[in-house]
Amino acid sequence: MTHVLKIEDLHVSVGDKPILRGVNLTLNHGETHALMGPNGSGKSTLGLAIMGHPGYEVTSGSITLDGKDVLEMAPDERARAGIFMAFQRPMAIPGVKMADFLRHATTNVRRPDRKEGEELIPMREFRKELREKMEHLRMDSEFARRYVNDGFSGGEMKRAEILQLAMLQPKFAVLDETDSGLDADAVRLASESIADIGHQKMGLLIITHHDKLLEHNPPDFTHVMLGGRLVETGGKELAEELHQHGYDRIRKAYPDAEALNQKLLAEEAEEALA
Amino acid sequence: MSQTTTHAFDAAGFDALLASQSEPDWLTTLRREAFEHAEAMSWPERRHEEWIRTDIRTFQLGKFGLPVLEPADCDLTETEPLHQLVEGVALGGRIETVDGCITKESLDEDLAAKGVVFGSLSKLAQSHPELVRPYLFTAFDPDHDKFAALHAAFMSGGQFLYVPRGVVVDRPLHIGSILTDGGTDTTHTLVVLEDGAEATLLHESNSTDAGGAGLHLGSIELVQKPGSNLRYVNLQEWGHKTYHFAQQKAVIDRDCSLQWTIAAMGSSLSKVNQSVDLVGPGAHSQVNGVMFTEGRQHLAYHTLQHHKAESCRSDFLYKAAQQDKSRTVWRGMIKVDPAAQKTDGYQRNDNLVLSHHARADSIPGLEIEADDVRCTHGSTTSKVDEDQIFYARCRGFTRKEATRMIVTGFFQQIFDRITIDSVREALGAAIARQVREYE
Repeated sequence: MTHVLKIEDLHVSVGDKPILRGVNLTLNHGETHALMGPNGSGKSTLGLAIMGHPGYEVTSGSITLDGKDVLEMAPDERARAGIFMAFQRPMAIPGVKMADFLRHATTNVRRPDRKEGEELIPMREFRKELREKMEHLRMDSEFARRYVNDGFSGGEMKRAEILQLAMLQPKFAVLDETDSGLDADAVRLASESIADIGHQKMGLLIITHHDKLLEHNPPDFTHVMLGGRLVETGGKELAEELHQHGYDRIRKAYPDAEALNQKLLAEEAEEALA
Repeated sequence: MSQTTTHAFDAAGFDALLASQSEPDWLTTLRREAFEHAEAMSWPERRHEEWIRTDIRTFQLGKFGLPVLEPADCDLTETEPLHQLVEGVALGGRIETVDGCITKESLDEDLAAKGVVFGSLSKLAQSHPELVRPYLFTAFDPDHDKFAALHAAFMSGGQFLYVPRGVVVDRPLHIGSILTDGGTDTTHTLVVLEDGAEATLLHESNSTDAGGAGLHLGSIELVQKPGSNLRYVNLQEWGHKTYHFAQQKAVIDRDCSLQWTIAAMGSSLSKVNQSVDLVGPGAHSQVNGVMFTEGRQHLAYHTLQHHKAESCRSDFLYKAAQQDKSRTVWRGMIKVDPAAQKTDGYQRNDNLVLSHHARADSIPGLEIEADDVRCTHGSTTSKVDEDQIFYARCRGFTRKEATRMIVTGFFQQIFDRITIDSVREALGAAIARQVREYE
């Protein structure tokens, strides 16, 4: 059976402000989807809604994984069901070593029925696997002893997210701008790593502004989000076009969505000032 | 343990205590003076800055008294498992007290042969007055308040460590203080390190009953001569109905180094003054503090880093977490005298408030009278961050697991500064026991 993550007519609000206005998207296991769109269009919101962020309220529509209602699940249940998101800005957890964090996370995700307090994966076994994965990703072993994202550079945070993707081996992964803030070499490395770990092995939803991350992960579908809706879907050539020419064509073609997008951006700017 | 008689904290009790002791006249004179002062002093008033946040109206001194005990009355097998700092540690010596009464003292022969002295303060005041008398009460002020004066008058048992010039005590020494339910402990700890000496002292305080009542009226004096190096660890896990009043002070001279770690987990009400005087150039102190409270505990720590000489460094970090309806008070001060140029002072207190009804008061302070110094201070009080919890949940942690991990991580910064494995482990375990399943 091919796993399917299905999003139907999804509406999401933050506070009383609607952000997503009817998103439809079907990810089959093994497919790679690129999600592009200008700032404020709602791309990260979709990712956070898929993970179940408490601040993002689904007002209507559905998300299902192999027919099961994802919206009924707590964020950790979603992770254990095989849904993952690489954060654009992952949180630091001072005092908690990457290796300890990952050992607990990996145990919970691999043994979804594990109860609190039950044994974790044996330390030796885990260390060996972690070391192999880190070598493969060309990461310094020192990384495992550092505190989760604490004092990490932008690039290190993104690499840490990719390492987590590698360890947790989800069925579906949302990668939220895993290329932002990285230099060209780092983006290439990230692109290769993601291809190695996830391309055609998971269902990938890659949120990006550029086509570099897609170099080694050619998308089967490219979606364009504007004003909280997917306004256009195409193949990888659409991603190339948007990367080269920007969103002018899209903005002109969908004036209503563009107006909503501008409104959201203006409100965001206002809130930032206040 | 059976307690038949006690000496009350009054004139009759004081006389009875003196009659039961065989100690040198100079010490009796110190006691008498302190007792007179104690009698003349009133209880601290609520409006006094040190007591403004700490309510002692429920404290009744009359409920407590010093036990009149012989060592044979104390059952050691019961108390041994209470100690946590000794796990896997080869000790050079140990002193055990139960309700202030010394039940066991030992020191390895090789250390004794080098002139190290470690044992009962009252006995050693008698047999080694030349070592005790010059230092006793040099890092303690019996006139600080009524509690201090009462301690000086009624101190019992007590521990004395003396390390001669240049001697390195290469194995930790251990002091275990035990309170029985309803018991009273007025022990005085005096540590003297001569020039270039080195020692590690692990000191832990426990009640036989975790919920036990009792009174600890104590003092710690750490005196370091030039170039000496001391690591002193104090794990306070008094029972949760115990009152804990203490004066704790180190006086460290030129080029000394002091690492002082305090873990305050126990007691119903604590009022502690902890200070480090840096009196010789190039002295360096590091103070690490952990407080973790629950129930209705109230722990008040008033700390002072007093720079009296130039080019000294003091580094201070207290981290505290509060659960239930508990409250911690930390009031810190870096004081820099006019002579203390080139001072490098650091002071920080972080609080993690884990319940709506818990409270943390954090009051840093600077008093600087020299013009060429670097002093920084900081204080944070926060709740567990919901974004951190969400992030961990996205990695498969339940809410409880995530919170537990974040709280444990909060204290890790202190553990990273502690250089003794057994202490790190004991503190980690103490915190793990305290961490709840937070909803």
